[in-house]
Amino acid sequence: MSSHPAAVQARAGISLQQQRARAAFWFLAPMLVMLAFVAAWPLLRSITLSFSNASADTIFNGNWDWAGWKNYVEARPRADGSIRWRGVLVDPKWWNAVWNTVRFSVMSVALETILGLLVALVLNAEFRGRALVRAAVLVPWAIPTIVSAKMWGWMLNDQYGIINDMLLQLHLIAQPIAWTARPDTAMIAVLIVDVWKTTPFMALLILAGLQMVPRDMYEAARLDGIHPMRVFWRVTLPLVRPAIMVAVIFRLLDALRIFDLIYVLTPRSEGTITMSVISFQNIREFGKYAEGSAQSSILFLIIAVFVVLYIWVGKVNLTGEGGR
Amino acid sequence: MTVIVASFWVLVKFVAFVAVTTAIAVPLYHTVLVATEGGGSGRRLSAFLWRAGFWAIVVVIVLVSVFPFYYAILSSLESGTALFRVNYLPEAFDLSNYRQVLTTSSFLHSIWNSVLIATITVVAALTLAVTASYALARVRFRGRGLLLMTILAVSMFPQIAVLSGLYELVNWLGLYNTPWALVLSYTIFTLPFTVWVLTTFMRDLPVEIEEAAIVDGASPWVIITRVFMPLLWPALVTTGLLAFIGAWNEFLFALTFTISENQRTVPVAIALFSGASVQEIPWGPIMAASVVVTLPLIALVLVFQRKIVAGLTAGGVKG
Repeated sequence: MSSHPAAVQARAGISLQQQRARAAFWFLAPMLVMLAFVAAWPLLRSITLSFSNASADTIFNGNWDWAGWKNYVEARPRADGSIRWRGVLVDPKWWNAVWNTVRFSVMSVALETILGLLVALVLNAEFRGRALVRAAVLVPWAIPTIVSAKMWGWMLNDQYGIINDMLLQLHLIAQPIAWTARPDTAMIAVLIVDVWKTTPFMALLILAGLQMVPRDMYEAARLDGIHPMRVFWRVTLPLVRPAIMVAVIFRLLDALRIFDLIYVLTPRSEGTITMSVISFQNIREFGKYAEGSAQSSILFLIIAVFVVLYIWVGKVNLTGEGGR
Repeated sequence: MTVIVASFWVLVKFVAFVAVTTAIAVPLYHTVLVATEGGGSGRRLSAFLWRAGFWAIVVVIVLVSVFPFYYAILSSLESGTALFRVNYLPEAFDLSNYRQVLTTSSFLHSIWNSVLIATITVVAALTLAVTASYALARVRFRGRGLLLMTILAVSMFPQIAVLSGLYELVNWLGLYNTPWALVLSYTIFTLPFTVWVLTTFMRDLPVEIEEAAIVDGASPWVIITRVFMPLLWPALVTTGLLAFIGAWNEFLFALTFTISENQRTVPVAIALFSGASVQEIPWGPIMAASVVVTLPLIALVLVFQRKIVAGLTAGGVKG
């Protein structure tokens, strides 16, 4: 676009570039107004509320007062001189949720990356019926999260579940396990479902990276008698590493905010409750708007760091100028 | 403190375990694939074993992917005691669960709500996004990079971060427990997403077409509506479909901003499906409802397979 025909530029009263910039402003305005209204404003309000004492009675009539940092952390001197700490940052329930979120994110993304890589390698090979396999792999991705949670909830059912039946028949377990109810297995159940549902997405992103590796590279390496193991480490992996990095951070962003799967598959389980879930419960179920907003604001801050990391590490090509 | 250290240690061990397993398994597995593709060099027997290994992996991938949905269909066709007997192959063809679900008026309401909300959201997002992405992809102006970065960042927002503020806004506008609350809130993720993906698509359109239009004296508005729109149809379909799926599946906002059964969307209806008593979960109808709302999605995704994969990789977007 750098070279507009000179004739056009001369004909226009104001410069063409100016005219286009003005049009661009009006094209962008509706979207920006909309985003400010539905995203920026509510975000600022949520952060504001995290410094208030808003509760179910006061949130909608504005009768709440400022609370400063009290929702985050507050030192209250007792009569005997000792100090009682209160607030989200000293709440063991919150730290349990943080720990669950971290645990879930690291484990699910690690498993999904590896399984995604395995599936992508298969899909990248040429064999008869590849289209069919790719279609099959897409099925878990197409199923809504709530539906997958219910489907797996049924399969993992303690009394009638098919998973317990399989494991019993294989003599891997002696008694049926209440997967979603037991605190020590609830996280495993959540991981199984999340990995099942999200590996296809990971595989597709990695496959896109794999397809950029020229096929004759493998052929050449084979003719030279280089061991395929070496080819993997020296050729394939370095070439797909950028694709994997971007996919990993992207998934991490998604995993850190997980809500629906955990809320539906393992309701009220201390072993799986995450930052999003505990914040939701405070806001929607307990009417503790101030506390819930403080928690959601902390989560926002954490994810903001990862978004910056994503844009930086992924070297996201923002303006489309210059190659990736 | 010791608890934190101990639990952190568990995580470290897990990561180490995964790393070591990967370091061994993945290259080995890659060897299998490359050897298989090479048409099986070397002795016949080892070539056969490689092939068998490869097909075993393929079979496992397909089975694991498809089995849960197959089992949901199988369960949805059983009722009474048959449902609670585990069977791997279809034994019954009992449509009573479907009859029950499709005659429940609140569930029919939910389907209608979901269709309505997702359609309006997508149309609104695409309308706003087409002009915006033209400006972002085709016009140079100061702050463009920053603007794109902001849009990308918004699309990665945790929804929970805006929940209490949005709750307040929705109540203030008097939209609580109406479909419009959801149309409004879904714009948060559909709009940045459509803008981002359409911008990448629009960037790839040839410059010459636009230059020719400029020479002919076409204004930017004419360029978008007359010149680019016909070329953008495939991109619009893909983006719209992905945004539709996103809106169709959304759960957090739908759960927060609706209260009565008739205002629920499909995911909320399925999540809160209750039986005659609290103890008794109606698995049969839940499975039937799941199949009803998922089959169209799977059909769409399989029909538009190639386009969807292109859209996902172009945007590097939410799965």
